[in-house]
Amino acid sequence: MNALQVLWRRQVIKYLRSRSRIIGSLGQPLLFLLVFGLGFGKIFEAAGQGSYIKLLAPGIMIMSVVFTAIFTGIEIIWDRQFGFLKETLVAPVSRFSIMFGKTLGGATVSVIQGVIVFIITLLVGFHPIWAGVVPAIIGLFIIGALFSAFGIALASKLKDMQSFPIVMNFVVMPLFFLSGSLFPLNTAPTVLKILTEINPLTYGVDLIRGLLGGVYQFSLGLDSIVLLVATALVILWGAYSFKKIEA
Amino acid sequence: MEKMIEAQNLTKKFDSLTAVDSINFEVPKGTIAAFLGPNGAGKTTTIRMLTTLLQPTSGETKVNGFSHKEVDKIRHSFGIVFQDPSLDDDLTAEENLVFHAALYGISKKDAHGKIDEVLNMVDLNDRRKDFVKTFSGGMKRRLEIARSLMHTPAVLFLDEPTIGLDPQTRNKMWEYVKELRTTKGLTVLFTTHYMEEAEKAADIVFIIDHGKIVARGTVDEIKKSTDTKTLEEAFLKLTGSDIRPSEASAADAFKSQARAWGRR
Repeated sequence: MNALQVLWRRQVIKYLRSRSRIIGSLGQPLLFLLVFGLGFGKIFEAAGQGSYIKLLAPGIMIMSVVFTAIFTGIEIIWDRQFGFLKETLVAPVSRFSIMFGKTLGGATVSVIQGVIVFIITLLVGFHPIWAGVVPAIIGLFIIGALFSAFGIALASKLKDMQSFPIVMNFVVMPLFFLSGSLFPLNTAPTVLKILTEINPLTYGVDLIRGLLGGVYQFSLGLDSIVLLVATALVILWGAYSFKKIEA
Repeated sequence: MEKMIEAQNLTKKFDSLTAVDSINFEVPKGTIAAFLGPNGAGKTTTIRMLTTLLQPTSGETKVNGFSHKEVDKIRHSFGIVFQDPSLDDDLTAEENLVFHAALYGISKKDAHGKIDEVLNMVDLNDRRKDFVKTFSGGMKRRLEIARSLMHTPAVLFLDEPTIGLDPQTRNKMWEYVKELRTTKGLTVLFTTHYMEEAEKAADIVFIIDHGKIVARGTVDEIKKSTDTKTLEEAFLKLTGSDIRPSEASAADAFKSQARAWGRR
């Protein structure tokens, strides 16, 4: 086993062992699915926009992936406070490998979470295009990697746990709400439209929605390119920040 | 004698504070050396520079003949037990060691035998499948020592290794370390606040204060030069008896908080 593998494995093992985390992190997506689905579904459909669950289900999967992935950052702060990070930093392994291993681990864990939510959306009446499921899971993995790396980049700059909820409220929540996860972009006002169009997550949402529902706001090509470029850039940023971290 | 640890004009400044002030020292192969000094004297900062966790402001360090710029070679050369625990509580003892083996590029085949060997050495083989969170402080320390020796380092750094250990565990720990020094020529640098520990274990002693080495030599030489009967008296004579101001770190604050709320 090499360093990359063992870092990845540690994260997956720890995730699978913490049942409370798996169940706890399903609460929020479930709440959104039920409240928005039941609350807005009828109005949305009455307004002639088609099936709301078809629009909402991919958005909620992404929500679950994004929130689980960003947790990778919290784990780094935790590891630093409890000393384990030193064991990793003093080892003959490059900082980039450590950061990349954690990114892959975070992406894997968040995809597992996303797939669980996908199964739930099936139970509440979501009918996906089955041929798109595997590509969509790959898409969710890339979104997971993007936000794991983002979490690592932020965590490398934060000194304690207390500042992480602030990041959640002022960075992650706006990114999620301005990604078109919960409402269609074609009817949104211009300001909102501009804000969503500069948000890379919007293209991730569109990609998953297109793969599972068949309708793209942009296109498969544009969505994939924006998502991949954004992920690569954030991984580089995360690696750079992590390089500066002190145990 | 081959020099295993060297520092030349080693200096570390944090903003206006000079934590380590142009110190020079060396530790020959197979020697157990002690770093003594009041809180904030610069002991841990020096160890952090020697172990590549901190870049010196100026000066040179060498471990096992490698300069601090040869990061990977230097990191393969030493093992370290940190002042604070650095195990993953949510993994088993064995998993912690497997993790270490992978980080140090020990093959799966070799790792198996090595894990057995080090666990036997610290009498933890029967607890290998247990989660570290079920371990007492002394057992965690023993596991950390075992882990630090897994990649057969030439040099071992111990930063206050015996804090919170009972005399039995402390004795046992020094037994392993001394045995490894004799059988494998292991070189050891440790810091401690227990003077009797330094008297018992150390071949040479460095007393550090305000970032400078204020005395060095064998315990007897230091006692003789200060005209005192015990190392503790010598230490107080050299560093004064005022209590040093020290602040709780962010990590300390976090830990008390985590204890109050329960971890996960």
